[in-house]
Amino acid sequence: MTPKLTCDEITTTVLRALGEIAPEADLAAIKPDVSFRDQLDIDSMDFLNFVIAVHEALRVEIPEADYPKLITLNGCVAYLSALLAEKTSA
Amino acid sequence: MAEFTMPSLGADMQAGTLVAWLKKPGETVKKGDIIAEVETDKGVIEIESFMTGVLERTLVEPLTKVPVGTVLAIIREEGKPATVSQPVVPAAGTGRLKVSPAAKQLAAELSVDLSAVQGTGPDGAISRADVEAAAAQAPLAPSPAPRAGEAGDRLLRMRQTIAAAMARSKREIPHYYVGTTIDMERALTWLAEENLKRPVKERLLYGVLLLKAVALALREVPELNAVWKGNEVVRSEARHVGVAISLRQGGLIAPALHDTDKQSLGDLMRNFRDLVNRARAGALRSSELSDPTITVTSLGEQGVESVYAVIYPPQVAIVGFGKLVERPWIVDKQVVPRSVLTATLSADHRVSDGHRGGLFLAAVDRLLQEPEGL
Repeated sequence: MTPKLTCDEITTTVLRALGEIAPEADLAAIKPDVSFRDQLDIDSMDFLNFVIAVHEALRVEIPEADYPKLITLNGCVAYLSALLAEKTSA
Repeated sequence: MAEFTMPSLGADMQAGTLVAWLKKPGETVKKGDIIAEVETDKGVIEIESFMTGVLERTLVEPLTKVPVGTVLAIIREEGKPATVSQPVVPAAGTGRLKVSPAAKQLAAELSVDLSAVQGTGPDGAISRADVEAAAAQAPLAPSPAPRAGEAGDRLLRMRQTIAAAMARSKREIPHYYVGTTIDMERALTWLAEENLKRPVKERLLYGVLLLKAVALALREVPELNAVWKGNEVVRSEARHVGVAISLRQGGLIAPALHDTDKQSLGDLMRNFRDLVNRARAGALRSSELSDPTITVTSLGEQGVESVYAVIYPPQVAIVGFGKLVERPWIVDKQVVPRSVLTATLSADHRVSDGHRGGLFLAAVDRLLQEPEGL
């Protein structure tokens, strides 16, 4: 069974993944409701690397159709929390 | 016995700094092995051996800046006897430089190190054009270790390098431009279905379809897959598509995806991702910088609809892709919404003309209508 992660733990994981693709970014200054692309100047390859990093860290499958839900920090936390809860209860 | 020289990693590279030897004298090296690191204005580049043999001796000490073509080491074929060591003096250190006053003044304005410039005039005299071409060659840092302002210096030098290459391109290459709008609906639908079957790490970006389509279209219009050398065009049998990659610290670089036309989409995606990640980490290999036979640039993610790119010498063509946009499109006499993008070709009129350029873009379009065949 997958241990339940708190929103803070998910946030930390997401920020760590962002730090890998944008090492120069000030992660503490990330605005939770603004898209990563607008804040960090990331492109589709960066975003793919970000999704892969989250996938590997949390061991979750993220369908491509759900990528739009991952474009902000708040969106990531909401989506991944629900996905992990679903996985835990399965 | 072969000389391992400072390679030219771009049309306007005049010199490089040997950062480190990764092999020791006496060690066996295979063709393709990384044997040295060289710092250029494009960052630190891994230099590959062009042959299999034994690294007999090194002739240049780390942290030494030498002109392109300077012998860095001697590689002996395996089984052949070693030879007596013979010192080699870098060309830049010999004799008095012949520089015109105008070139000297321009060099001062552009902070160009004249000792690292290869003159193309009589007896190697350095002209204004030589200085302009070497505009990026400000003195490099004596140590590769990070220091304050180094990133800014490197960015400035990269900008000067790009400026010199682009100025040369616009001065020497008679560009022509053609463009077309491509219906991407079939390609994107196929891609979405294909990605459903693939795990996260193996999913494809649509940019990979564009790269493969360009590489295959070059088989039909091979004169665009070439380099200009001296006063003639030299076609390449291999299709090594250079990909323009923006760097996070600023600037851009366009390394090659070797044999783009021969790779499956899965392999191409994996190699494309690896290339982008290494470009941004400053870990490219020398062959990736010296081998592109055409370049592809895409500015769609920056919101640009049409790209009219400048050819990167000595190549003779560059393909630009713009943003995917929804447009009303007529299919079977019905107006329907379609995702389309604009593809443009900038090409060298000395080598091809608009007729052939148009056929090339038509081939790219046709190939993208049959994505399962890419």
